[in-house]
Amino acid sequence: MAETVKVTIDGITVEVAPGTTILNAARQIGGEIVPPAMCYYSKLQGSGGKCRTCLVKVSKGSEKDPRPMPKLVASCRTGVMDGMEVQNITSPEVIEARKGVVEMLLINHPLDCPICDQAGECHLQDLAYEHGEEATRYEFERRTFEKHTLGDKIQLHMTRCILCYRCVFVADQITNKRIHGVLGRGDAAEISTYIEKAIDNDFSGNMIDVCPVGALTDKTFRFKNRVWFTKPVDAHRDCPTCSGKVTLWYKGEDVIRVTARKDEYGEAEEFICNTCRFDTKKTSDWVIEGPRHISRHSVISSNHYETMHPLPVIQQKPQLQEFNKEQFERATKL
Amino acid sequence: MEALSSKKKVLEQKPLSLSERLYLPAILKGMATTISHLFKRVPTVKYPEQQREFSKNWRGMHSLKRDEQGRERCTACGLCALSCPAEAITMIAAERQKGEENLYREEKYAAVYEINMLRCIFCGLCEEACPKEAIYLDGPIVPADYLRKDFIYGKDKLVEQPFHAEQAN
Repeated sequence: MAETVKVTIDGITVEVAPGTTILNAARQIGGEIVPPAMCYYSKLQGSGGKCRTCLVKVSKGSEKDPRPMPKLVASCRTGVMDGMEVQNITSPEVIEARKGVVEMLLINHPLDCPICDQAGECHLQDLAYEHGEEATRYEFERRTFEKHTLGDKIQLHMTRCILCYRCVFVADQITNKRIHGVLGRGDAAEISTYIEKAIDNDFSGNMIDVCPVGALTDKTFRFKNRVWFTKPVDAHRDCPTCSGKVTLWYKGEDVIRVTARKDEYGEAEEFICNTCRFDTKKTSDWVIEGPRHISRHSVISSNHYETMHPLPVIQQKPQLQEFNKEQFERATKL
Repeated sequence: MEALSSKKKVLEQKPLSLSERLYLPAILKGMATTISHLFKRVPTVKYPEQQREFSKNWRGMHSLKRDEQGRERCTACGLCALSCPAEAITMIAAERQKGEENLYREEKYAAVYEINMLRCIFCGLCEEACPKEAIYLDGPIVPADYLRKDFIYGKDKLVEQPFHAEQAN
């Protein structure tokens, strides 16, 4: 068997190791031809194949068997073959199918983006913006759930969930004891803890990072600010349990949120522990590396500068206040 | 002295004629113009007492709207502040507590909502950005004031009064 196999995606040929999925081959090329993925997460084994947003058309199966695949395939779960030809954005069929997928994902989504803390960094928002229709044809009531609490650190909004199972895989693979999973089937399926037990594992906070929508959000950041008004800064610290490499989200002088560093596909580079995420929110706890690079197309890049400036903060100057005392008094009298 | 250019024009001064020497005809002519203005339409209005009709797309002071049940529509999503080219809007969000369902429409509301009227350029982008139809620039002209701090309008000045006081309570 050959060392590498050749696969052509939208006319761009790339050589990848055998056994690579089409999605990962496309990510090696990069750019616009990478199919979007809502449920696949490269760091979590077994993820993918659930959301169907990464559908592509295989117009030539392989060199030996050049017949096209009869249906669109999920690129995160389909391995490449030598000489395979894949169409993603060049196929109108795929674009049409993706529109349908977005409409299905949004059927039960409450669309409460103005309230949701994930807005601005939500994958479903990006996906709907790029591939979706403007209006829905759905006329029925959206599903609702009874409220569950997942402890005092993580906020669960079940109505926003798209059942990608990423959080379940995190609980399964990164934490040593899974105490939450998916209950029910079909329309009634929901993620939940089994006996409404608080998740108190050291790495449970990573569920917030892997969640592509606002179903799992940081309770300590809840309604504190919108993400696009905060300034992301890379920082690290000596952490005994994790790598300690994080992104701090500043508002003025305060760190209001700590997350893992996310790459261009929104995947955490390294998972971080709950101490880093929830308990160390002072600048003095961290060694600051510099402003985080934010894509120009992201809303977070508004007013975000990538040169290292000390944070502009208006300080009280007693000397100046002393000098202007008389004027202040006159002003208050008016 | 020789002229530097040929542009110099020499005026001829004639002695005044009799009517010019009398001055009266010139005074009467001037008075006629003045008095004729007394009977013309006045283009100005006496502003604070009398106000001109605004055009339909006039953009004045902002008002934060309430819905049919008198609840505040604003949910502090921050889109107005994001779209504001003058960076005049700031807000602090808070979570709605149990029992406040008749005050705020959504789970989250703006606890503090401030517009700096000195920064605002009345472009109306906040109105366009609002997904909840909560802010409109349908008020009057923003009044003058003495101090800069008084131009930062909070919710007390911006939120519109509930239309039926009994119904809201």
